[in-house]
Amino acid sequence: MDRMDRPLTQNIKADRPFASLADYLQTGGYQGLANAIKNLQPKEVQQWVKDSGLRGRGGAGFNTGLKWSLVPMPEPNDADRNPTHYLVVNGDEMEPGTFKDRLLLEKDPHQLLEGIVIAAYAIQAQTAYIFLRGEYHLAAERLAHALEEARAQGYVGEHILHSDFSLRIHLHSSAGRYICGEESALLNALEGKRATPRPKPPFAVVSGLWGKPTVVNNVETLCNVPHILRYGVEWYRSLGRGADKGTKLFGASGRVRRPGLWELPMGTPIREIIEDHAGGMRDGYQLRGFLPGGASTDFLLPEHLDVPMDYDAVTKAGSRMGTGTLIVLDDQTCPVQMVLNLEQFFAQESCGWCTPCRDGLPWTVTLLKDIIEGRGRLEDLDTLAGLTRMLGPGNTFCALAPGAMEPLQSALKYFRADFERYISCGNTILETG
Amino acid sequence: MQESTNPPFAGLSSAEIGEIHSEMSHYEDKSAVSIEALKIVQKHRGWVSDDSLVAVAELLAIAPAQLEGVATFYNLIYRQPVGKTVIHVCNSVTCWMLGAEQVRERLCRHLNVELGEMSQDGEYTILPIVCLGACDHAPVAMVGDQLILDLADNTVKQIFGE
Repeated sequence: MDRMDRPLTQNIKADRPFASLADYLQTGGYQGLANAIKNLQPKEVQQWVKDSGLRGRGGAGFNTGLKWSLVPMPEPNDADRNPTHYLVVNGDEMEPGTFKDRLLLEKDPHQLLEGIVIAAYAIQAQTAYIFLRGEYHLAAERLAHALEEARAQGYVGEHILHSDFSLRIHLHSSAGRYICGEESALLNALEGKRATPRPKPPFAVVSGLWGKPTVVNNVETLCNVPHILRYGVEWYRSLGRGADKGTKLFGASGRVRRPGLWELPMGTPIREIIEDHAGGMRDGYQLRGFLPGGASTDFLLPEHLDVPMDYDAVTKAGSRMGTGTLIVLDDQTCPVQMVLNLEQFFAQESCGWCTPCRDGLPWTVTLLKDIIEGRGRLEDLDTLAGLTRMLGPGNTFCALAPGAMEPLQSALKYFRADFERYISCGNTILETG
Repeated sequence: MQESTNPPFAGLSSAEIGEIHSEMSHYEDKSAVSIEALKIVQKHRGWVSDDSLVAVAELLAIAPAQLEGVATFYNLIYRQPVGKTVIHVCNSVTCWMLGAEQVRERLCRHLNVELGEMSQDGEYTILPIVCLGACDHAPVAMVGDQLILDLADNTVKQIFGE
């Protein structure tokens, strides 16, 4: 593929550890920023990104330019022409089965920095924070180095590219906990508090970090932005194969022949990802199902292989595209035990603030353990189904518990015989399970 | 009870205080630096003792109980002593599917410890960790700051080079 067909990974090459500033400039780096700052007003940059159709790559899929446009912008007659706004980069990648942002952070840090500066210009933020998960040491090192380079060259700091726009960028290395990836919990963590989510409304775009308008964008989302500003909206929209626009990092892990990550057009059918890019299943294993985009998405089955990786198409099939990194379930892994592993993760990572999540997730784990260890009763399956409703959307402050229920509810639907076998015979359907 | 071999706490070092102050300039409010401050102390001392915690709270002008709530929330802040190198073994879904439990058992057996325990020589502690974002190379572990990929039957050799 031409590098214009895969803008996000064009600078990632096998023969070098990462793209230096020189490497990045060679393929047109920081030209999108120059176009934004020299030729466009902040609101025009918002409009470009809105029109491009870019949707949040962290999993929720909200139109990025639309999110930016919700920030109250100063008007010419306002007393304060430069009110405090913040941009926060969500680099807290911790959704089990997801390994896409790490690649972008480690291999092409300037692409992210350019996206940050453009986004900050669009919302007129004076300060940006990169919230990086604490375990990403190599990413932290490379980002810190790239930041020094960008400051020295005038891409970050005072009067960027000799304009009136100035931006400070700080790197915050976190100290663990999945809940930090939730937008409002992340803001609490950045303020030095326990990472419990905040009630919404107000939303962060109006009242975020220290009560100021704040945009939180995912790493991969921001990495798309320089290319939109450099090559234009029409070019970006032409990259998608289906309803959604642009390209995305898609991945597959589990017992496939070649687990990995590939930049592909939005709308690429799941079959192509699993069969062509990941090389299909390893010898001796059959595909039983998959989670399309991380631990908090519903299982889909081989019959869904032709579903395109578009936000709405995957939702229509009964799941979510989430982070776009597939977790593949083979025929020799017990789906009930897999769900137990997922629920143990969610129970451990609950922040404990609201009752359905704090109490419901450990209850879910207890019931699954009872079933697997031969103490289950058929009524337990009804209790589990009830929990998927009680912990579902609308009953909690954030999406952790509803997300945790997605693999459970779909497992109860598609793999019910596996649950029942434990209850009736005390063991798994699988001889090797 | 075994007598403590640690020297009596003499307050935060000037290096620690300097590093914490330089982080403070990044935020609107100095209490925001609490997580960085705990990490700085931990980098210098290996873990965060009660004495260190109280000293940091004083420096940030927040209640020790508030800082304790923060310190115990985040799993990469250690409130008890750990080995010089912490081995974090991923236990999330893809690693679990591809043998993370066996990896953990091999490591625990090699060091003769339970999960969460420090080895007798004080060199290592093995802790579980959630997804390390390297699922295409599962199972994986993080040894100190370093990610070790594609752990296999020879886990011990891959990690200790023995």
